[in-house]
Amino acid sequence: MANGNALLDARDVTIRFGGLTAVSHFNLAIQPHELVGLIGPNGAGKTTVFNMLTGVYKPTEGEIFVGGVSTHDFKPYQITALGVARTFQNIRLFKELSVIDNVKIGGHIHYKYSGTAAVLKTNRFHDAEEIADREATQLLEIFGLEARADYYAKNLPYGDQRRLEIARALAARPKLLLLDEPAAGLNDRETRDLMQTIHDIRDRFDIAILVIEHNMELVMGICERIIVLSFGKTIAQGSAAEVRANPVVIEAYLGEPAEAAGL
Amino acid sequence: MKTSLPWWLRDFILLSGFVAVLIGLSYGLEAIPIAGIAYYNRILVIMGINITLAVSLNIINGHAGQFSLGHAGFMAVGAYFSAYLTYYHFAPRLDKMPAGTEQFVMQNVYLVIAVLAGGLLAALAGYLVGLPSLRLRGDYLAIVTLGFGEIIRVLILNIDTIGAARGFSGIPHWGNFFWVFLVAGLTIVISWRLVQSSVGRAFLAVREDQIAAEAMGVDTTKYKVKAFVIGSFMAGVAGGLYAHYTMYLNPQTFMFVKSFEVVAMVVLGGLGSISGSVVAAIILTFLPEGLRSVKDYMPGGRDPRMVIYSIMLIVLMLTRPQGIFGRRELWQIFGRRKKPAPDEKPAEGFGDETMNRKAPPTQ
Repeated sequence: MANGNALLDARDVTIRFGGLTAVSHFNLAIQPHELVGLIGPNGAGKTTVFNMLTGVYKPTEGEIFVGGVSTHDFKPYQITALGVARTFQNIRLFKELSVIDNVKIGGHIHYKYSGTAAVLKTNRFHDAEEIADREATQLLEIFGLEARADYYAKNLPYGDQRRLEIARALAARPKLLLLDEPAAGLNDRETRDLMQTIHDIRDRFDIAILVIEHNMELVMGICERIIVLSFGKTIAQGSAAEVRANPVVIEAYLGEPAEAAGL
Repeated sequence: MKTSLPWWLRDFILLSGFVAVLIGLSYGLEAIPIAGIAYYNRILVIMGINITLAVSLNIINGHAGQFSLGHAGFMAVGAYFSAYLTYYHFAPRLDKMPAGTEQFVMQNVYLVIAVLAGGLLAALAGYLVGLPSLRLRGDYLAIVTLGFGEIIRVLILNIDTIGAARGFSGIPHWGNFFWVFLVAGLTIVISWRLVQSSVGRAFLAVREDQIAAEAMGVDTTKYKVKAFVIGSFMAGVAGGLYAHYTMYLNPQTFMFVKSFEVVAMVVLGGLGSISGSVVAAIILTFLPEGLRSVKDYMPGGRDPRMVIYSIMLIVLMLTRPQGIFGRRELWQIFGRRKKPAPDEKPAEGFGDETMNRKAPPTQ
């Protein structure tokens, strides 16, 4: 494949749980600065793809490369260190920690000092913590959360929690950001804001983004390339217009007319 | 906060101040002219040991969220190993020395070496137990660590060199108020500074959500083992001081009941709250002692103190299941009148549409 400089390259990835093939022969190459959407009906295997990309599941067949490195024997935290950060479909914030600490933990891999340095509060500790503070505050400002930096994460309104998850993932300074249904549970106005935000952070941080989304408006609006999964198989891919017009895609959404499926 | 002093000088000054205060206190306390002051001093020292135990267990149970019931086991490892070292190696050497300043200095040097060695062996035990068993979660881990504690006890019961079932007697009385509270103070400072750092944040992340922690680049196994090693080291040190204060060790002391006692302190104080662990350790040390006098008012001389103690624990846990301080620290509780603590404010909507929205069902 001519994906020598691809950030992420999933080749012929298949995963089976017992007799069930959740995802079969999935191929995906993401170039730097790309914004790719992954859509499909419920149970199509979108989140399973995410879990394989981030090392939560190991593919039964096929291989995934991040920056040219095979991640087959990597644990999730090692894949994060390669520059892949993610959010979760069902929000997984550190609920009982403050908003700013959530973001600081996101940058965990970059604030390196030993436990001894922490106990003795050496200069190295102070320097690292200063950077952590500054970076976390900056990210919170970008997402408009700086006024709530000291709140417990669980006390944020729902939309803010979604945004905090993105901020936390960005703190890891990823090259590729995976967003798992970032608009789930948001209303129209919030979804539109979020679209804008996703688009902005792509340019601001110069990263590639892969979005799983049910909300067609969001995916069609911002993604340059869309991949459609159904029952674990890639049934279509291309630009928003191409996918929208594809009869296989329309049928996959239970044969509903395009209007009803929101296409 | 960056002070203008270099870090080593700042810590040296703080430590010297603390040492000076402790030395002053230890002489002062013995000089108080009250009948039975030795009894109160003894309770105070036991309290210091309990504080060390509770704060160290709080690192494992409260910060890293790994429910361990084997703390008495780690304490026993430290206690017996340091007692073994002093009884068989250090005390005979010390006895050959002429009495005087040099002997006094060497006695304390030996004590520090023995106690640190006990702590290190306990840390090693924590590492060996932690590495395989930290793959387990919650109840399963609790059962494994409970089993570990019992294994240690039975092992000691069968080693004749350290007294077996008779108990280990004749340990020199080197431990005192000064060392116990120096260790307690250091434990608190270490634990507090750790939790303020990226190491401590990693502990908390593991407690809050392991999957999310992994996704954020936290090596969860490494940090769980780290918490276990640090916590068991401190428990071992506390055990060593206990041995050198009571001068007698018995395997019965390190039954799982002792582990439960420490867990009770941590839970009562509020899982994850360092000052909570300290306050609970103080309360749970003094409560059984304070209730001794109740016996005098009971018909037939029955002693209901453990019943009252248990009832008080139950009432406390029913009325404050999150512990005395919850996850906050002492100063955060007192400060809340002026500045609301983060969780005091109700979640406001970001615009009225966000109100009352439920999280979407998970796939």
